[in-house]
Formats: sequence, structure tokens, C-alpha cells
Amino acid sequence: MDEIDITLTVNGTAHILSVSPRTTLADALRQGLGLTGTHVGCEHGVCGACTVIVDGAAMRSCLMLAAQAERHAITTVEGLGRPEALGPLQAAFRKHHALQCGFCTPGFLTTLHALLTEEPDADAERIREVVSGNLCRCTGYVAIIEAALEARAAYGHQEAEAC
Amino acid sequence: MLTGITFPTDAATPVTGTPVERLEDARLLTGTGCFVDDLTRPDLLHAVVLRSSMAHGRIVAIDASAALELDGVVAVFTAADVASDGAVPLIPIRLAPFPESQAFRQPVIAVDTVRYVGEPVALVVATSRAIAEDALELIELDIDALEAVASTDAALAAEGDGVLFPGTGSNLVLRYTAQMGDADTAFANAPYVRTERFSTQRHSAVPMETRGLLAEWDAEHGHLFLSGAAKVPYFNRRALAEALGLGMDEIDLLEQDVGGGFGVRGEYYPEDFLVCFAARRLGRPVKWIEDRREHFMATNHSREIACELSIACARDGTILALAGRLDADMGAYIRTNGGVVPAKAGQFLPGPYRIRDIHVDVSIVVTNKTPVGTYRGPGRFEANFFRERLIDMAAADLGLDPNVMRAHNLITAADMPWDAGKLVPYEAETSFDTGDYPVTLTRCLEEIGWEKNKHLQGTVIDGLYHGIGVACFVESGGAGPRENARITLETDGTLTVAVGSSSVGQGIETAHAQIAADALGLPLGKVRVLHGSTTLLHEGFGTYHSRAVIMGGSAILDAATNLKEHLVAAAAKRLGLPNTRLVVENGGVGSGDRFISLAELATDGPFSANGTFANTTRTYSYGAHACHVAVNPQTGAVKILDFVAVEDVGRAINPLIVHGQAIGAIVQGLGGVFLDHLVYDSEGQLLNASLADYLLPTATDFPNVRAVTLELHPSPTNPLGAKGAGEGGIVAVAGATANAVAAALAPLGVTITDLPLTPPRLWQLISDARAAAEPEH
Repeated sequence: MDEIDITLTVNGTAHILSVSPRTTLADALRQGLGLTGTHVGCEHGVCGACTVIVDGAAMRSCLMLAAQAERHAITTVEGLGRPEALGPLQAAFRKHHALQCGFCTPGFLTTLHALLTEEPDADAERIREVVSGNLCRCTGYVAIIEAALEARAAYGHQEAEAC
Repeated sequence: MLTGITFPTDAATPVTGTPVERLEDARLLTGTGCFVDDLTRPDLLHAVVLRSSMAHGRIVAIDASAALELDGVVAVFTAADVASDGAVPLIPIRLAPFPESQAFRQPVIAVDTVRYVGEPVALVVATSRAIAEDALELIELDIDALEAVASTDAALAAEGDGVLFPGTGSNLVLRYTAQMGDADTAFANAPYVRTERFSTQRHSAVPMETRGLLAEWDAEHGHLFLSGAAKVPYFNRRALAEALGLGMDEIDLLEQDVGGGFGVRGEYYPEDFLVCFAARRLGRPVKWIEDRREHFMATNHSREIACELSIACARDGTILALAGRLDADMGAYIRTNGGVVPAKAGQFLPGPYRIRDIHVDVSIVVTNKTPVGTYRGPGRFEANFFRERLIDMAAADLGLDPNVMRAHNLITAADMPWDAGKLVPYEAETSFDTGDYPVTLTRCLEEIGWEKNKHLQGTVIDGLYHGIGVACFVESGGAGPRENARITLETDGTLTVAVGSSSVGQGIETAHAQIAADALGLPLGKVRVLHGSTTLLHEGFGTYHSRAVIMGGSAILDAATNLKEHLVAAAAKRLGLPNTRLVVENGGVGSGDRFISLAELATDGPFSANGTFANTTRTYSYGAHACHVAVNPQTGAVKILDFVAVEDVGRAINPLIVHGQAIGAIVQGLGGVFLDHLVYDSEGQLLNASLADYLLPTATDFPNVRAVTLELHPSPTNPLGAKGAGEGGIVAVAGATANAVAAALAPLGVTITDLPLTPPRLWQLISDARAAAEPEH
């Protein structure tokens, strides 16, 4: 199959990639760019592990062709912080033990980053609703919600005045 | 000379027992971990598996000629290729090795006969996974159908072609009886007896990362490397060595980050052999990543047991005897876990209660479905549901508060150690080590507000029926026979710990580091834990049966003790003092004001010591779960208003991790009660092999779950005092939840005996009960 060239920006860096037309964005990120933090858990858009941020919106990179990312800006989990300098969501996840095996975690972080960027005041119910599209088999979700609530402050959430 | 108190030390405050943040998190949170599919190699080939689409049949022909013509396809291997090296190897049985099971082992690739949908028939190897999948569709597979048996009833009734292994004459692998005391006499003389039938549905662990393997054959040195190992790498190395005709020193299994195990991942499966076979045959690295659809049909299933259970009681609620019959649907083959699932269900039928007269008949049956293995709390989850439901029924018959009845029968501290008899044929007699079981029930009842809320049983509030259910459990951990570790004080002053335990994502890097740090008096940041890979130690036993902290952690303590001897000897030379005066403490070695830090001493190193912990005495954690539900009678939907699990784990090395294990286990268990169900039709076709059809708990399903960890009675079986902490959170979930739903719907005459409690099923039960209650016209 003939390969096509695509141009996309990932975590602030522009890339030109040659991919087969049927290559998913997840495979292009993982195999083409070596960004293996994006995980593939089901390949049919249900588990959410492969979620990346495309122009600010959380998207399933297993359901998107790499070619569709042409000229778009992608943020992956690698763009949210580094081991020695965790981003606010990552630090909150660590503090609240919101991950165990860590396989689903990148998808939760990207989903929540997209949510809190848009809605820093999202409450627990809203957060639960949004991450209900992501599966986690280890944590039971409780700590993930706690971590997200705490991380809101870094996204501009203001604590409501006590009455 | 660097002695005296002016030298800065690494003295650290102890971290064991404190909720330190996990050491593995930084990489996992930033996408810099390494799972098996993250590995790549030059010249890498990709394998996919052609699987049977038929539940039972004879392979007539496999024509791969068109597939082989496809550009990029390198090879298609079938049983004929594997047999060219000798007989097609069988999957060995690792646990619960009933001799009768041997005839039911699985070949690593189907030979002539397929026995379940998903059984490997051929392995396609190509230059990309996409091409290999394209090639899959070009293989012509001709299978003549045989009678498929998709239930234990059908399997036991089958004759002729319906017998999976004709040489055995029957689909009944074996039937055995386990007993204590004299249940027959106790039942004959009992003032109250009740018998009920129960069942738990086939479901499984479904970890977020599917299985995956990368095999590399080093032809020059005759050495095979297999990445993607988990759970029991050393056992699998032995199995592979035998199957491939290699020496143990010619194979290494390498562990990467592992995306969840829960029992199913890391066992020796057909693909473990096939990928290695292909890599050696082709002389190139071969990777196989299971896709989600094949995960549902290829990775072990679990939990499918039917039970008839009888209880004999005195009028005051004293349980006099228990008698049960368990029928376990094992799927098509007996794989590595042998008969452990039904055997543990049989062992844990009496649970945490003072029952002396027990009779259990266990039947192990093969059917044309995916083979069964262990899933978190194997057998316990099922047995707990059967027994705890029956206790609630008996209490209602006897007019007793079910939790007063539980408390009346629970094993107390005065009963310890409790002789739990020999209810497992292949194990020695066992006894429950320590504990005061009523204490956890009392705490659990306080947490759920039993006294305050029990008037809600069966009441309707805003159209919803309320119910509160409770279940008590005991859970074993710490399987032997031993575990090994090595600790090295590196020349830079850091500690490297190598341990035979494996990580399945549960956090042992942190828990083991805490143990090692305290043993040597160093800060946690100086400790690095390596685990799982067979390159690290001569022998290891891995992670299952809640054993990693108990066995691996204790081996680390032993290695630390041995390392301290080396360090004292080295310090003695440096300080010019006799060994006998020196102790390792506060991050150094010294005596009085003569002191040398480990950092300084390390420059003479590295120093290394091995450790072993051998123990075949099990630990027994225990506790109680309680659940408050509201059931919608119009839809059958159940809302969990509150769920609390209380468990005495003996000693929590890291309370943060223990709490996370408990919460995660509860939610997994609630999935097993309400959602998870591997559905087969009568022809043995799996009907819901995708995450869109097989429902798992999501963030909105069960938000109200709590866990209380107690450290009341350490285990005397190991120096840490630890008991298992990863499985107790799931064991009593079905018992407590089903009791709650049953209590809620009791006014309608609904009886709960079968899982899962899906809305359609509950709606049907409610409708049937209402119809039955109406007078006939």
C-alpha cells in the first residue's frame, strides 16, 4: 500500500510522517514517533486508554486515522509532564494513588486535562460522567475522582465561598 | 578516617507501615513506562493467531497457500510444523494437579480436533501486524462439526462425539469428596435444615492491557529471550524449556511493566510456546499482541460454578453442619491452574464460621468453552456467595437477625489457631492462623449503620426497595514453597533489590523497597527494586495467591540480614573494631561514636547477599462486607448507596496501596455481581467478545464504595506479620450485595440464587414473583 506523508504537531513539535493510509493515529504516535505512552486497550473505541487531545478535544486515537490528524495539534500524555516534573494532574494521581498498573492512566490524564482546561469548575458528578468513557480495572475509580478534584486548582478552579 | 558523628548519614525514619507515594508512578504517569508492546526490535516480525470459529470439530484441512503468497507474509505454522520437532507439547498443570486432569491438557496448537471457539489452529507471521491480519482471512480452514456441549449438564449427558476426549470416555474430569467430622449424622439430627441451589456466572478478569509477547532467538549463543512475562516467569521458563527442548540456562523470561493481572495474565498459554517456536524457527524476533476480541476467547475464563448447598442449624442459629455439591464448568481443557478454582470453592464453603461437620462433593467437568483459570479470589467469591445467601435464608426461617446469627457462629480469637481440616485433596491439613473474626463484623455493621438502618429492609422510598446485606469471609494468602531475593549495596550507596516476585501493577516495587529501606536504615529514594525476570535470580516463584509481600518481602528481610553481616565485616576493617561490637543502624555501621555511613562503606563494595524465605503455612486474612442497595422494581436496576469492606490484613506495609487494592477489588466484584458475563449459546459460540458487549464497571456505576483496613492480628507465619491484602476486597462482594438485593425484594417474594443480577434478570424475577402472588382467575 502506498504511503502518504502527513504533517502534524505533537506536544508542540511539528512532525512529518510517512504512513500507510490505514494507519491509526494511535499506531502513528506509538510506532512512527515512539510516543508509547498512548496505550491501545481495545482498538474499538470503548476503553479510552488511547485517548489523546486533538486541538483541545479528547479523542480516541484508535478510532482516528493518522491521515485525519493532518495539520492538527496533538497532545499526548508525554506532553503533560515529565517524571521529574509531573504536571498537576499527574502529581494528584500519584498523591491519591489513582493508578495501579498504569495502563489506562494516560487515557484518564488526557481526558481529564481536556475537561479541566475547558471546565476547571467541573464537580465530582461531572468528572465521573466524563471519565465514564474510560475503563480502569485496578482502582475502582474512587481515587481518580479525588485526584481530579484536587488538580482543578491548577486549572483555575476557585473554591466556592463557604456560606 | 571518616568516622564519628560529624559525617552526614543517610539515616532515615522508617517507612514500613506508612502511606508513601509509589515509586513506579512517575514513569507510569508520564508515558515513560515500558509495556511489552512498547518494545521494538530491528527486523521484527509480527504474529497473529488463526483461531477456531467452531466450538467442537475435526480439522479436515488448513490451506494457507493464498496467505503465503501475500507480500510480507513470512510463514504460517500449524500443528504439522510444530510436530516436525516431535510431539506437539501440552500445557503443563502448575496448580491443583489432580492426576485425572492430565488427560485433559491442552496442546499448544490444535491437533486434528478443536474444542472451543478461539483455540489456536495456526500462527501467521508477517512483516507487519496488519499484513498478518490480512493473511488470516486468506487461510482456508475446513472443520467438520462435532456435537458441542456448552453446559455441565450437556457435557455430563453427552456420549459419542459429544465427549471431548474420547479416550477418557466422559466429560467428567473427576469427582471428589472433601469432609470433616460427620455431616450425615449432624444433618440427620438437626432441628432445622435447608437446601438451595445457587450459581455464579462465567466471567473473568479482563485486565486493561491484553496479553503480549516478544520472542528473540540468539542463534549464535543458542539462547531464547521472551519478553512480556508476568506472574510466574520461572515456572513458564521451565515449561518452555521442556517444550522447546532447551536447557533452563538457555531461556530467559523478561518482565516489563504489566497492565493488570488479577490471576489470568502471565500463566503459560499456547501463545507463549508458539511465539518462541516461530522466533527460533525463523531466526528473527517475533511479537504477538493479543487483540481485545481474542482476549475474550483466548485468555482464561473463571467463576462458572453451580452449587447445591445444605445447612443444618439449631433453633438458636448455631450452624451444625454444611453439605454442598459443586459442579465446575472448566471449559475445554485443564490448563495451568488445574482444579484450583473448584477446589478452593470447596475449601472455602464453610468460610469463617465454627462449623465442624462438613461434606463437600466437587465435580470438575469439561465443556466446549474457553478454558478456566484463576481470577482474583478464585473459588472464594463463588463459595462466599453460596454460603452467605444461605445463611440469610436460614436466619429468616429461624426468625433471627442474620448478623446476630453470623456473630454467633464466627470463629473467635479463643478458637485460634482454628483447625480448618483437609478440605483440599492435594494439600495438607491447614489451620487459620490468627484473628478475632467477630471484631471485623462488628466494625462493618457500625460502618453500614446496621442497627440504625435495618428497619429499612424491604421498605419502599421514592419507589425504590431498600435492602442491606452483609457477608463475612476468610481468605488465604502466602503460598509457598519459598521465595528468593538478593540485595546489593552499590558503590554509589544505593540499594538494588532483586526479588523472585512479579509485578502485575499492584505496587510491589514500592512495598518491597519500603521493606528493604527499613531493613538497612536507608531512605526510600536510595532503593531500587528489580523483579520478575529470570535473569535476576536462580529461582523465583512469582506473584499469585497474595504472596508477593509475604513471601518476597520476607525473602528481602532475610537478604538484608545476610547483607548486614557483610557490611559489619567490612566496617570492622575500616573502623578497626571487632564485628561483635558493630551494628547496622541509622544508615551506617557503628558502635557508640565510631560510625561509618553506608554511603562511605559502599565505596569498598559493591556488597551483595542472597536471602530466602521458605514457608508452606498459609496466612488467613478475614473480614466482613456490607452493602446498602435501592432496587427499582420497574426496571430491575440496582443502585449501590453504600458499600463497605472491612479486612484485617495483619500488617499493611503501605496503607495507601492496601486501600487501593481493597477499593479496586470491591468495584471489580460489583462488576461480577451486576455486569460481567461471558455469554455462550448452546452451540458453544461466545456471544459478547468485545468491550462494547461485555460490560465492565465504569466511573458512574459504583461511586459509593469504602474500605477499612485493620491490623489487629499479624500472622505468625512470616517475619512481617503480613497476610494477603489484594483479594479480600472481592471475596464477599457477591455475598453482601446479593443479600442486600434479596432483603430489598423479600416483600415481593423474590429469591436471589443466581448471578449476575442484571436489570433484565431482576425485572423478570420481580415480574414472576408478582404473577405468582396474584390469585388465579
